[in-house]
Amino acid sequence: MLEHDYGTPARISETEVTLEIDGMQVCVPQGTSIMRAAALCGINVPKLCATDSLEPFGSCRLCLVEIEGRRGYPASCTTLVEPGMKVRSQSEKLQVLRKGVMELYISDHPLDCLTCSANGDCELQDMAGQTGLREVRYGFEGRNHLASSKDESNPYFVYDPSKCIVCNRCVRACEEIQGSYALTITGRGFESRVYAGKSFMESDCVSCGACVQACPTATLQEKSVIEKGLPEHGVVTTCAYCGVGCAFIAEMKGDEVVRMVPYKHGQANEGHSCVKGRFAWGYATHKDRILKPMIRSRITDPWREVSWDEALDYAASEFRRIQEQHGKNAVGGIVSSRCTNEEGYLVQKLVRAAFGNNNVDTCARVCHSPTGYGLKQTLGESAGTQTFKSVEHSDVIVVIGANPTDAHPVFAARMKKRLKTGAKLIVIDPRKIELVDAPHVRADFHLQLKPGTNVAILSALAHVIVNEDLVAHEFIRQRCEEKAFLQWRDFVSLPENSPEAMQEVTGVPASLVRAAARLYATGGNAAIYYGLGVTEHAQGSTAVMAIANLAMATGNIGREGVGVNPLRGQNNVQGSCDIGSFPHELPGYRHVSDTTTRQLFEAAWGVHVQSEPGLRIPNMFDAALDGSFKGLYCQGEDIVQSDPNTMHVAEALSAMECIVVQDIFLNETAMYAHVFLPGSSFLEKDGTFTNAERRISRVRKVMSPRAGLADWEVTMRLSRRLGYPMDYRHPSEIMDEIARLTPTFHGVSYEKLDRLGSIQWPCNDDVPYGTPIMHVGHFVRGLGKFIITKYVATDEKVTKRFPLILTTGRILSQYNVGAQTRRTENVQWHEEDVLEIHPHDAEDRGILDGGWVEIQSRSGETVLRAKFSERMQPGIVYTTFHFPESGANVITTENSDWATNCPEYKVTAVEVKPASEPSSWQKTYNRFRKAQHELLRSPGA
Amino acid sequence: MDMQNLIHMANQIGDFFETVPDREEALSGIVNHIRNFWEPRMRLQLLEHVDAQSGAGLKSVVLEALRLHRGDLLLHD
Repeated sequence: MLEHDYGTPARISETEVTLEIDGMQVCVPQGTSIMRAAALCGINVPKLCATDSLEPFGSCRLCLVEIEGRRGYPASCTTLVEPGMKVRSQSEKLQVLRKGVMELYISDHPLDCLTCSANGDCELQDMAGQTGLREVRYGFEGRNHLASSKDESNPYFVYDPSKCIVCNRCVRACEEIQGSYALTITGRGFESRVYAGKSFMESDCVSCGACVQACPTATLQEKSVIEKGLPEHGVVTTCAYCGVGCAFIAEMKGDEVVRMVPYKHGQANEGHSCVKGRFAWGYATHKDRILKPMIRSRITDPWREVSWDEALDYAASEFRRIQEQHGKNAVGGIVSSRCTNEEGYLVQKLVRAAFGNNNVDTCARVCHSPTGYGLKQTLGESAGTQTFKSVEHSDVIVVIGANPTDAHPVFAARMKKRLKTGAKLIVIDPRKIELVDAPHVRADFHLQLKPGTNVAILSALAHVIVNEDLVAHEFIRQRCEEKAFLQWRDFVSLPENSPEAMQEVTGVPASLVRAAARLYATGGNAAIYYGLGVTEHAQGSTAVMAIANLAMATGNIGREGVGVNPLRGQNNVQGSCDIGSFPHELPGYRHVSDTTTRQLFEAAWGVHVQSEPGLRIPNMFDAALDGSFKGLYCQGEDIVQSDPNTMHVAEALSAMECIVVQDIFLNETAMYAHVFLPGSSFLEKDGTFTNAERRISRVRKVMSPRAGLADWEVTMRLSRRLGYPMDYRHPSEIMDEIARLTPTFHGVSYEKLDRLGSIQWPCNDDVPYGTPIMHVGHFVRGLGKFIITKYVATDEKVTKRFPLILTTGRILSQYNVGAQTRRTENVQWHEEDVLEIHPHDAEDRGILDGGWVEIQSRSGETVLRAKFSERMQPGIVYTTFHFPESGANVITTENSDWATNCPEYKVTAVEVKPASEPSSWQKTYNRFRKAQHELLRSPGA
Repeated sequence: MDMQNLIHMANQIGDFFETVPDREEALSGIVNHIRNFWEPRMRLQLLEHVDAQSGAGLKSVVLEALRLHRGDLLLHD
């Protein structure tokens, strides 16, 4: 499904240039190439090495044109338009020249067009046609590359050098778009070949697919296309992985996905992708999908496949029984941030209207709830302030507690692009993340602090800014509360907040902190990007507020290139929070105690809405253990694997009487469930996701729900059985209701989303096209509020018994609990979670690289393979939580953020020692999992 | 609910608001936060602990806030 290719990138200029091409007048911005100008008026100059995602290169010599008054035949891709220029794109001479070029290409190209996987989607084939190539005078017997062997090492695409025309598009895509520099051209002249090293799999290639996308022939080709043939139609939709929210064209053959291609007009990704969104979609049709509803009375019983009616009747009757026996507040719901806005809205509506309480929460609880709290308090809105594109205008970029190249790779590529052109970089992270020292990117400062000391270092940065008078006085005078600023100023300027005083706490030399603070405050447009390394702490909310303080103090808010930018972990973290999934807020971040808001929803829903906040996820577990919380409707979330202290979670779930899990797989939580309702993947339903930049994008159904119902339909049916009918005919009607009841969404509709591509909220009568940059001119809360953020050490301290700090995170190829990516070829990059440990710590303990180690905390223990790494300082170990059997969250504790209960995943005191067998938890859990899978396959199922 | 956990959470809230320069603002900040984010059974259990155990384990600023603004934490629905 080719999008039109204008040959060279668009240029922005206030000056327009008018010229004539083939007798047609065309007016384009100054700096535009002749090739693009021609394409804009419908004239397609032949080309091979040019494509509009890459800077012009001028190597193929196919795009030659004639320009009146000039000698020779300049390449139209590298020649810029000039006023009054008269260009001819076609002439007999040009035809002869182009045909000559094509003859050379084809003389060293296999003539297997009919059986080639790119037949019908090959630019070389097209050019042969356009240039009228009928013969190759050189013959095919000369030296050629036709016998070159393929590199099939990458699980998703093939490199076939016999088809390569050495146009450099792949190499340039790797450099310019992705910034990985994994490919190069080796050799000269005839020997020139694309080179990835020994093989693609052993190279630095991150499988983003940019090279495959750029390739004009079948040299780099998706294996899925080789296997299935070319797609026949495409549907634009939104990726269901991280919070970047990339737009893709799902290229289809009937109802089968052939490939996912990044959509050039996608406003979040502008045609780029990562290995997950581009290639790791096979889970949607994986054999592990559960496609029939199932029920059982006890979790030791076999599952019994039943009809939708029976499953939903049973679930509803159990919820009602529990409420009758244990009270209205004994049940609740959890909805994942992986679900659409519409699904999240329906779950919270079911809980509030049908259950009659506010016991609803989202997995944003365990990732970015401190963002919601902290930014609301300081700036007035629970959301990031910028567009992703804004980074192109940044002069200083601060990355704190985030690892964008792994967790938000498409945005990281955009960020690296800006860094390569001169922006300065400050990384604040306990680990030496890739950005600290990547190809052509090097952090100006890496403040390698000890885990758990973000607030200390942020206070130290603020101390320097205040005490060296680097404060934006005029901005603060006009835009912020004076009293709060003065109190904050007095607080941060205290000697105990100086970098020198904090050095012992953070482990970061004071001189580095001082220099970084000066750079942030004086280096031009400065933007802060942060992730879960900020929020998932006992002081997560405090750190978010400290970040907002810094931005206000330096006037770095309210315009392009600056701001406070939370990098949301999952695809719809922002959206799930926006639409009322928190137990204390109705849609639009309005507290349930607000009578006016409540009355609005009561009138619309025809029910009484409770004015008291409900239980948050960790509170639900505690309430389950004290016997006052007995029933849970859990949509799309795997709380057993993703929440901290697994044994505590499992114990809580075991104490409950009815757990209903709605998911595409029998996840770890489902093993404790009594009702399983088969869910639908993002390919099987309509809806919207809202990404980290508040961008609402459409999710479009490309195939029927494999289990028969989309998730929103399942929630409606359950609600009806609970005595509260909902009758939406399509998710667009759900969005219409959200828009009616939520001022910040008032102008959002599917029709407008289809028309504009996407919308960044707030979108209403005042801003009908949305709001790319927030807090322009004034803060949402009126005046910005500085808040004192005193560093308080976490209670999770190292001791003689637990002398190391464990911090957790994710990697590029896997996603969250891995339910999706573990069921794809991405396991070839990461087939198990390992413990990264510094060689010094390992040596002290007699641990071998690759050997088994037991990690013990006060919560529990697990056994993983050790991997030596110097990305952390001695004393700090690191792991991921992508595989359930790893038990990373068996170790993490229930320590949580003071304001939101977001778990402190990033700091756990542990001891590590060599091990020879799985931990007792692993043995027990593996037995439990095996038994549960047998119950799935037993005769009752 | 685990009382020790509730005490820990309340003390964490106290740690944050204790830094507010105005004492009354700090005390009401503690109570407002608990009022806005804690489900009623958590609040009531904490108040029971204040009554029955004199709030053992609670930081003094938290205890003072709870005693001063006790009424704000009672059920309103």
